[in-house]
Amino acid sequence: MAMSAADIERFIKEALPDAVVTIRDLAGDGDHYAANVVSAAFKGKSRVQQHQLVYAALKGRMGGELHALALQTSTPED
Amino acid sequence: MTDINQWIDNEVKSNGVVLFMKGTPDMPMCGFSGRSVQILQHLGVPFKGINVLESNELRQGIKDYTNWPTIPQLYVRGEFVGGADIMMEMFQSGELKQMLSDKGMA
Repeated sequence: MAMSAADIERFIKEALPDAVVTIRDLAGDGDHYAANVVSAAFKGKSRVQQHQLVYAALKGRMGGELHALALQTSTPED
Repeated sequence: MTDINQWIDNEVKSNGVVLFMKGTPDMPMCGFSGRSVQILQHLGVPFKGINVLESNELRQGIKDYTNWPTIPQLYVRGEFVGGADIMMEMFQSGELKQMLSDKGMA
């Protein structure tokens, strides 16, 4: 069970069209990534809420197909 | 509320700091859980480690409880703080220590 960086980026952009997404593959096994996501949709939201938006974009794959995604989220002005 | 939800709700509200993790503080079974334990130990914060591997019902229940798909999960005074990456980010910025002392936990 694994996901490609391109899949992750595509899912996030489908849900957050303005998102700027940078993904690093931490282990080369398709299971451990770090992602930096910048989107205006995060404005006024707590870190937890911002990350939940990204997890929702991944439609339930987080924690299953994708074991680890170290997330950093910010708004364009941050 | 399902009984597992009730059980979780009670645990997070009756303990100051709770870390739902894989394994135990003395024997973490996952890198992220291990790192989260180290952060809390480094801050000298007493906490209750709950091993979600002990029951599938708990392992799924905790994810439903906060609509958060991964383990570990940190709660302070009944409030969900975040998973390993948010804990690390807050620890590095000093925000975690500040929040814990604001809530009288450190």
